[in-house]
Amino acid sequence: MSEAVVRARPFVAARGEGWAGWMLCLPAVLSYLLLLLLPTLAAVLLAFTDYELGAPALNWIGLGNFQELLGDRGFRISLRNTLVYVGIVAPVSIAGALGLALLIEAATRGRALFRAVFFLPVVSLPVAMATAWQYLLHPTIGPLNAALAQIGLAGPAWLTSSDTVLLSLAFIGIWEAIGFNLVLFLAGLTAIPRELHQAAEVDGVTSAWERFRLVTWPLLGPTTLFVVTITMIRSVRVFDSVAVLTQGGPNRASEVLLYTMYTEGFTFFRLGYSAAITLVFLVIVLGLMLLQTRVLDKRVHYG
Amino acid sequence: MAEPRANPWPAVLRFAFLAALGLLFLMPYIWMISASLKPLDEIFRASLNLLPETGGTLRNYARVFENVPVLTYLWNGVVVCAGILFFQLLFAVPAGYALAKLHFPGRDWLFGLVMLGLLVPYHVPALPLYVGFSWLGLLNTYTALITPSVISVFAIFLFRQFFKALPDELIHAARIDGMNELSIVWRVILPNALPAATAFAIFSVVAHWNDLFWPLIVVTGAERATPALGVLTFRSEEAGDDFGALMAASVIMTAPLVLAFLFAQRRFVEGIATTGLKG
Repeated sequence: MSEAVVRARPFVAARGEGWAGWMLCLPAVLSYLLLLLLPTLAAVLLAFTDYELGAPALNWIGLGNFQELLGDRGFRISLRNTLVYVGIVAPVSIAGALGLALLIEAATRGRALFRAVFFLPVVSLPVAMATAWQYLLHPTIGPLNAALAQIGLAGPAWLTSSDTVLLSLAFIGIWEAIGFNLVLFLAGLTAIPRELHQAAEVDGVTSAWERFRLVTWPLLGPTTLFVVTITMIRSVRVFDSVAVLTQGGPNRASEVLLYTMYTEGFTFFRLGYSAAITLVFLVIVLGLMLLQTRVLDKRVHYG
Repeated sequence: MAEPRANPWPAVLRFAFLAALGLLFLMPYIWMISASLKPLDEIFRASLNLLPETGGTLRNYARVFENVPVLTYLWNGVVVCAGILFFQLLFAVPAGYALAKLHFPGRDWLFGLVMLGLLVPYHVPALPLYVGFSWLGLLNTYTALITPSVISVFAIFLFRQFFKALPDELIHAARIDGMNELSIVWRVILPNALPAATAFAIFSVVAHWNDLFWPLIVVTGAERATPALGVLTFRSEEAGDDFGALMAASVIMTAPLVLAFLFAQRRFVEGIATTGLKG
């Protein structure tokens, strides 16, 4: 059918649908090759060289950068901090968002308002919000410690003590992530037909918890899986709050992967070494995506 | 569902809990605005008062506008976001249409490339792109800020999915009317793609207005700094301990997107819910 119509048109028929298809894709294909594929391949290749910006030549050093990474205490701390950060931000922001979504969905009034309030951090400039948090968490002039002082507690130096800095950044990360996850969960919840809950009730499932366990949770499976992966990938990319508030300090206590990659590459201009860190970052992200498609996918009941 | 009527307490408690938590969520905004209105000595007093005790409340804002090229930052944000979105749509809409509705050799292969592109975070090509722009002498230009983002595989993916659902008859009718494929894209497909385009536009603008990573790499001076970089520059160079002015600057740079969000809340949230995929 479609081909008959196409042949009826002299213009398309002259060069065919193949010509039109490639012409329409051409700008995208060229920019894809030039701006995405080639630079990505170049980054992978760079990781095996000792290239430094401004250096006259570069040498192929094989796994040299990766060997150096293994022995680099700073990098090991950075990797560990990133995993700790993800390990805090992902579960708390996911569970928190799910709880909030269920509460908002069940609320009789103010649903739009609450959704807006919790979503606000997603659209707010992270750099600006980080400065606001810096003020809130400031040890001497910050309202948080002022409030703690009112009840006789001495608050820590949240962002400048190596004991609390990662925790404080994770807290900011949770605040930023919850609204995003909340919206995805709310979208997932509205897709569940109300009749299913009513049917469960007819079948004698009366407690809210049982209804959640037997109906909502299994049907929310695909959404949850998606939220889990996307949250982990987004939090592996933590950069702004570190760059603004701590620059990885104190004593590397808040050094994270992307920030280490940034300083090695764009402050010290060790592009080869920085590319090796980028590759580690890429492998982690790809691993999380693989986890989504291979492992987690099998445990989810699609509705 | 009959429970709430019989017993109002769960609903009341739920509302109270959400309201209290919501207020906690708004704390950074409340304190940011409050500090932006206070004179310095009050900010440093660690009081829990939200309103300034003395007058002169807009002095911080005046100081920001005097000392910081705020309007330049905002304008750069607008130029960069608009430029990026323009090219993203210009490249992705025809490609999405071709991948969805045309049959041509290599199509599946191209779609494979799109899926592959979805896997790569934009930080990965950043290093070689930086080297390239520095070779070309293009650092600190709009070109360097806009170019790397003109290709959005996510946009191609989104539009392809969306166009697949459009009826073929629409396209056949346009061909019978004598339209070529290019005019079909812009005059038939694009008007039908507005919901997807709006959702994507929201996602794109939020991402690039707020992005710090790439501007931090390619921009070296205030004249091309985006809002995110502007706040960072102001923090590290000029503000020092001037929290009041810093908070005022933060309010100014955050306001455009937050106001846009408050005005077009429903679209915003749906936009993120449908395009949230990319994150």
